[in-house]
Amino acid sequence: MSELSTTLPASGAPAQPLAFHDTAESHPPNGTLLGFWVYLMSDCLVFACLFAAYGVLGREYAGGPTGAQVLELPAVAVNTALLLLSSITYGFAVLQMQRDRQRPMMLWLAVTGLLGAGFITLELREFAHLIAIGAGPQRSAFLSSFFTLVGTHGLHVSCGILWLIVLMTQVARKGLIPANKRRLMCLSMFWHFLDVVWVGVFSFVYLMGVLP
Amino acid sequence: MSAHDDTPAAHGDGHGHDELGIHATFGGYMTGFVLAVVLTVIPFWLVMGHVFDTSSTAAVVILGLAAVQIVVHMIYFLHMNAKSEGGWNMLALVFTIVLVVITLSGSIWIMYHLNHNMMPMINPANLP
Repeated sequence: MSELSTTLPASGAPAQPLAFHDTAESHPPNGTLLGFWVYLMSDCLVFACLFAAYGVLGREYAGGPTGAQVLELPAVAVNTALLLLSSITYGFAVLQMQRDRQRPMMLWLAVTGLLGAGFITLELREFAHLIAIGAGPQRSAFLSSFFTLVGTHGLHVSCGILWLIVLMTQVARKGLIPANKRRLMCLSMFWHFLDVVWVGVFSFVYLMGVLP
Repeated sequence: MSAHDDTPAAHGDGHGHDELGIHATFGGYMTGFVLAVVLTVIPFWLVMGHVFDTSSTAAVVILGLAAVQIVVHMIYFLHMNAKSEGGWNMLALVFTIVLVVITLSGSIWIMYHLNHNMMPMINPANLP
């Protein structure tokens, strides 16, 4: 104690008083992207619950058709390819956005939207086929959880396409302003996140569903 | 932090930053795409080609490949790393993964045992 009191004056008075709290604002510069990430994580929990429901009910056929009888893997393979391609084309759009090249970016966004629309079309045809052969969501617990999980993912992709069209209109009107770039990065995260969920869907629902 | 304080004009509206903190590269996207294609084709080939005789082996391999593919998508498409957003991205992700694992494994575990334990009750031979 006595040693402190003798050495402190020797080092001179501190240049500024000690502060134990931030006086300036300290929110991160990319707050929107972090907030959107938190939304995606909560969306992830929605899908986790639907996956859990399918995991519990996926083998309860109630005397109805089994997964091996009604799920068609070739169509699912095409769907997977469409979604994976749309992910990489959105990536190309982001690369053009970083270089402020609006026209090629819009072209890649349009390709992404078309691939997404193709995915939705194939999925709706699959649903229509299942309902037509009497394997609708009311047939068994397996089909109820299947339609809920895959349908929720399809609904997300549809919303993503709608968002994509709105954003393309905004970019066409206002150009690549910082606000539009931020929105494009949010949609990029949303779109890639849906591809991540689809990896779980085709592995857990389709591929494991047709196993004997 | 100090670099951020140097730009008071951009600080005011909160979204004046041209650089969004994410720098995507063509090589990164292509690496992710090639890996994703390989990790997608293998499980489809395993199931459609009837490579495994037992379903449980095939299921374990499919789930393992799916987990690897999800990590690939996270790194190369969603640009996840431990430093983005000062680590808050990763923290939210880890928390979500914990909740997802609890939800999935807990549901399947509980319902499996519930079915197992309910079985004698349903059997008419055991009824008085």
